[in-house]
Amino acid sequence: MQDGAVHPGASPSPLPEKVSVTLIVNGIERRFSVLPWVSLLDALRDHLDLTGTKKGCDHGQCGACTVLVDGRRINSCLTLAVMRDGAHVTTIEGLAANGALDPLQQAFIDHDAFQCGYCTPGQICSGVGLIAEGRAKTADEIREFMSGNICRCGAYPNIVSAIQQAMGAKP
Amino acid sequence: MIPFQYTKASDVADAVRLIAANGGAKFIAGGTNLLDLMKDNVERPTTLIDISRLPLNSVEETASGGLRIGALVPNADLAWHPLIEKRYPLLSSAILAGASQQLRNMASTGGNLLQRTRCAYFYDTATPCNKRQPGSGCSAVNGVNRGHAILGASTSCIATHPSDMCVALAALDATVHVTGAKGARAIPFADFHRLPGDTPHIDTNLAPDEIITAIEVPAKGFATHYSYLKIRDRMSYAFALVSVAAALEIKNGTIEEARLALGGVAHKPWRDAGAEAALRGQPAEDASFARAADLLLRDARPQAHNDFKVDLARRAIIRTLTQAAHGTPQSQSNKTIQ
Repeated sequence: MQDGAVHPGASPSPLPEKVSVTLIVNGIERRFSVLPWVSLLDALRDHLDLTGTKKGCDHGQCGACTVLVDGRRINSCLTLAVMRDGAHVTTIEGLAANGALDPLQQAFIDHDAFQCGYCTPGQICSGVGLIAEGRAKTADEIREFMSGNICRCGAYPNIVSAIQQAMGAKP
Repeated sequence: MIPFQYTKASDVADAVRLIAANGGAKFIAGGTNLLDLMKDNVERPTTLIDISRLPLNSVEETASGGLRIGALVPNADLAWHPLIEKRYPLLSSAILAGASQQLRNMASTGGNLLQRTRCAYFYDTATPCNKRQPGSGCSAVNGVNRGHAILGASTSCIATHPSDMCVALAALDATVHVTGAKGARAIPFADFHRLPGDTPHIDTNLAPDEIITAIEVPAKGFATHYSYLKIRDRMSYAFALVSVAAALEIKNGTIEEARLALGGVAHKPWRDAGAEAALRGQPAEDASFARAADLLLRDARPQAHNDFKVDLARRAIIRTLTQAAHGTPQSQSNKTIQ
């Protein structure tokens, strides 16, 4: 991270220190300390050992890192862990309840909505967020509101079908 | 990314104090553009001042019949706010034409105004860029410039402003409320963003020690005759090659009031008073729209790779004005252009 370059005009600052952060991740309170520049994505993967959330582009372009923060889907690569202190975070590991898959997880299996699976945790978290928003209804709307999740294998038609099933809509 | 200090502002006054005391500091709210740029070493703040929890997240009615939108209202919440959907559907439509739902859930209203260009050379620290490093030159002028400006560019910079939301705010004659060390002031939207001139590193007229607190939209919302049409290389989640916000008031087939703003063509949302004046008093029909388009584009100067943008803009203007006149705004889900 440190490039050692001298930055004219920047006042000399003490070396940044780790900041204590508390997150409620999948219903469990987790406390840890991170340097300020650690993204929520890296905190989940490297500090909390929750590697279900994937690091794809790390620039908010692919959606593989999508998680739900306080119920809203966001790109965890484009937010700092320190900025989310106190937040409720739901990752792919937290969607199943009491041994039963979330309806959208089951729908992804039913519709074969993936091949390699790398984008799938982000797709499913994004889809859960979409269903909670309650706005997208038609296939066109589902495609539009899922456009932040890229699937390199091209499973899009099946992903739309899976979301329609989970929404209770007719495919 | 370079190491930085992190601090939270406790209120607006504290935020202004903190930024004024530290020339290397930047505010962070949604973070969607700033963190992206920091990862690429384009932005190199030594301190981030977190303003994301300041109480600037409400939408309130103003005494004059408009709305005051807090600078921290997330883009998604603004697009789906009942008062915006009902009275300013042009704004709602433009917001939904941009980014992805994940990004709209994070990005703030104020931050949307302050996002930087997506010019590839601005992002590439191995190439000269006057916006990133003043005086180093512009790689886009003789480089790959298919996506670049056709209006208002300079020899120093041909970048475009990437926002969709700002195109609608420009058309709606919004006002930007800011607070700084010297107090609060209001900036008309047309004066907020700058043309590149020979200082392309300065995107806006917001002073370094100022913070955006709210965006105000006046009472006139053009909820009957509006459309936002965005033309891009793929159907969703891409920046505009050309986008058009059109808003009309029509009485007995005659245009009484007209607003026309373009995105993807200039360093700022582009409005042309002459083109709008040429629409007023005219019949709401193709010939009037074509005249306005020709006027707006009279000084267009395409780059080596984007001749097509001039004709694309002309056609998009006519189509968007037609959609607005017919009361059939462009859907942002079904991309068929009627």
